[in-house]
Amino acid sequence: MEYSRYLHLPVPPEKETEKNKNIRNVYFGLPEASILLHHGKQFVPDLKNAVLTERFRGRPELSADLTTEEKNRLIDLCPVQAFEKENFCLNLGKCVFCKECHFALPDKVVFTNDYKIATNDPEKLKIFPGHKEAIGFNDAMRRKEIKKLFRKSLKLRQVSAGGDNSCEMELNAAGNVNFDMGRYGIEFVASPRHADGIVITGPVSENMARALQITWEAVPSPKICIVVGTDAISGGVFSSGNALDRSFFDQVKPDLYVPGNPAHPLTFINGLLELIGR
Amino acid sequence: MKESYLLLETNPGSCSLSDIPVIDYVQFYQEISNVLQQEPMHIAHYFCVPVDNLLRFYCMVADDTTHQLRIYAHQCQRANAALESLTAVHQSMHIFEREMHENFGVDFPGHPWLKPVRWPHNRANQQSYMDDYPFFKIDSPELHEVGVGPVHAGVIEPGHFRFICNGEKVYHLEIHLGYQHRGVESLYTQTNNLLHKSVLSEQIAGDTAVGHALCFSQLIEKASGVEVSEKLQLERVIALELERIAVHIGDTAALCGDIAYQLGQVVCESLRTVVINTTQYWCGNRFGKGCIRPGGTHYPMSDREAEEILHNLEYVERRYEEMAAHLYSMPGALSRFDGIGTVTRTQGIHAGLTGMAARMTGIERDIRSSHPFQFFKSQDFKPVVFSSGDVLARALLRRSEIHESIELIRRIIQQWKNNFSSEDTLPNPDYTMAPTADCMTVSMVEGWRGEIVHVAITNEKGSIVHYKVKDPSLHNWFGLALAVRNQEISDFPVCNKSFNLSYCGYDL
Repeated sequence: MEYSRYLHLPVPPEKETEKNKNIRNVYFGLPEASILLHHGKQFVPDLKNAVLTERFRGRPELSADLTTEEKNRLIDLCPVQAFEKENFCLNLGKCVFCKECHFALPDKVVFTNDYKIATNDPEKLKIFPGHKEAIGFNDAMRRKEIKKLFRKSLKLRQVSAGGDNSCEMELNAAGNVNFDMGRYGIEFVASPRHADGIVITGPVSENMARALQITWEAVPSPKICIVVGTDAISGGVFSSGNALDRSFFDQVKPDLYVPGNPAHPLTFINGLLELIGR
Repeated sequence: MKESYLLLETNPGSCSLSDIPVIDYVQFYQEISNVLQQEPMHIAHYFCVPVDNLLRFYCMVADDTTHQLRIYAHQCQRANAALESLTAVHQSMHIFEREMHENFGVDFPGHPWLKPVRWPHNRANQQSYMDDYPFFKIDSPELHEVGVGPVHAGVIEPGHFRFICNGEKVYHLEIHLGYQHRGVESLYTQTNNLLHKSVLSEQIAGDTAVGHALCFSQLIEKASGVEVSEKLQLERVIALELERIAVHIGDTAALCGDIAYQLGQVVCESLRTVVINTTQYWCGNRFGKGCIRPGGTHYPMSDREAEEILHNLEYVERRYEEMAAHLYSMPGALSRFDGIGTVTRTQGIHAGLTGMAARMTGIERDIRSSHPFQFFKSQDFKPVVFSSGDVLARALLRRSEIHESIELIRRIIQQWKNNFSSEDTLPNPDYTMAPTADCMTVSMVEGWRGEIVHVAITNEKGSIVHYKVKDPSLHNWFGLALAVRNQEISDFPVCNKSFNLSYCGYDL
């Protein structure tokens, strides 16, 4: 499939065309019908196979022949220490997708436009040199009841705990007319009492820790926990500060990790679909 | 007579710390209260820095007619600091005095309400907590309170709103923020890694990623004495204006959603998608993260991107205008917007509103024209101003600014095509820049919300030891509280969306 529809737009008919004249004649006095017709279909028909623009920063690939010197250079360069020294790898849970490592070593580090980078196992977020496969799920860690209970309907409560509003906007976008995750019965709801789980964004600030805990406890069991965005997974660029309280994750282990800065709606939706077995 | 302040002629501007005259507080009080009485003067920032056992205060007053910035300074002993409050003379000072009270325990006798701003991790009074804050109360059996948040019904950031209502009518709204505090300002001083700081700037407020990154980049360039090429300046402004267009269209969608007008909502949502996907096509991120970097860029614009931007904007403009023309002629929509949530011009000046929140009340306040930066230096930019101050004014202001920004991008791309060819390559970002030692640098950018101000102070080694960030939301949240007074509580959502203020930009 080529570029998805929402990237390359259908060119709107010019004012003089025959079709447009008909629209004006038929819908004269009904501006809303004419607006609807002009917009056409906006949704992405196939959320699993849409292709993003080539510059989109998705799953990175490290070359297998990185020398020790180059590895050290990458470790020093990364602003958030996403490269791990022991057992060298790039941890997507820490990566802020600034792509500076690619610009430093263009042949050795490449960011593909593969947006399916959500997983249920944090170990899968580690990209080792030479690893070029899709990230995928760890089947051994799947909770059986998730598929059974939430496959047809999943209602989520979102908690922003220090998020910078970009992840929140992308989560909103996941439900909008383009991405429309509602077609799978997935929705955000207003109350934790109505929800099957929570979606956390942001590095969990100290001032928000208590509200996050209360919201989690208000969701009836069985429930799921999803962390969206690098900030939520590891604290990201804020992890070196003193204003966070991430003790929530000592007791709750997330069921889905969605990396990104911010996570793209397609990353989030595809991760969810894999989680609930759709 | 020796001047009592230092004048910065340019934006961004830089000066040596020792050149800023330190005056005594009595004189400072006099000067500031006089200068703020003049209409085109407004307060850009006011903060204090600990120096040994002293506190040194810096106050930036922006002169909108002469394009200059005045820096006043005074100092006092840190222990038991008490200064007569300027808020009584000019109310727009209220937030800065509250912030200094919270961070350093400075007392301001005469301040009406030294309410904590955001409960930062390094606050002076570690015994005060967000959760046991005593809200403002009015005692009457007629009144009731409505508390909302911090976790809201929608997918938005946390904040607590406490309404005091008489039936449906809101008498008072107290906005309680700080949940989002991540310690941004102290993170700037932790390392000298400029890449870390660039990424951090983009995270101050994710919806203003370009605005804050641009403000930081031009600050660090000025502090290090680096000039960037005109071509790069043009491209940066394109990114900034694309951000403005995207958010304004998204907010129109949100307004339609609040009045249950679904067609307007979905049409504007899909148009916003087109704009942010254009940004993604250019730099790989829908919010423009990574697009602006100090000293250069990894994503120079090529003819291909320029054509894509022009093509998509043409589509967006036509479709948006078709929608807007219908929306703003519909009685059902107008009755929900017109005359709702009014902020008067006088209130706007007193609250120190900035950006579009100021322009919708009739205050002509726009950094692009008053303190031009980058490409705007060569332009005689005229901001759009509305005067009615209600939800409709804010909605129509967005509509006008969308057209204005699209026109601006067309002009810039034309200029870019005329003056430069593909052989004029742009440099890569430079993370080795060394800011001048012992200096203060002030940078201002008109983001889509309004005036973004970053201030950096360096030590004798050239490391940043103090960094201040001001998002326009710092002033404008109070505008929202004023807007809902005497309104029906059911009008709060449209009032809130029409401002669309940042929680994380305020909480830092």
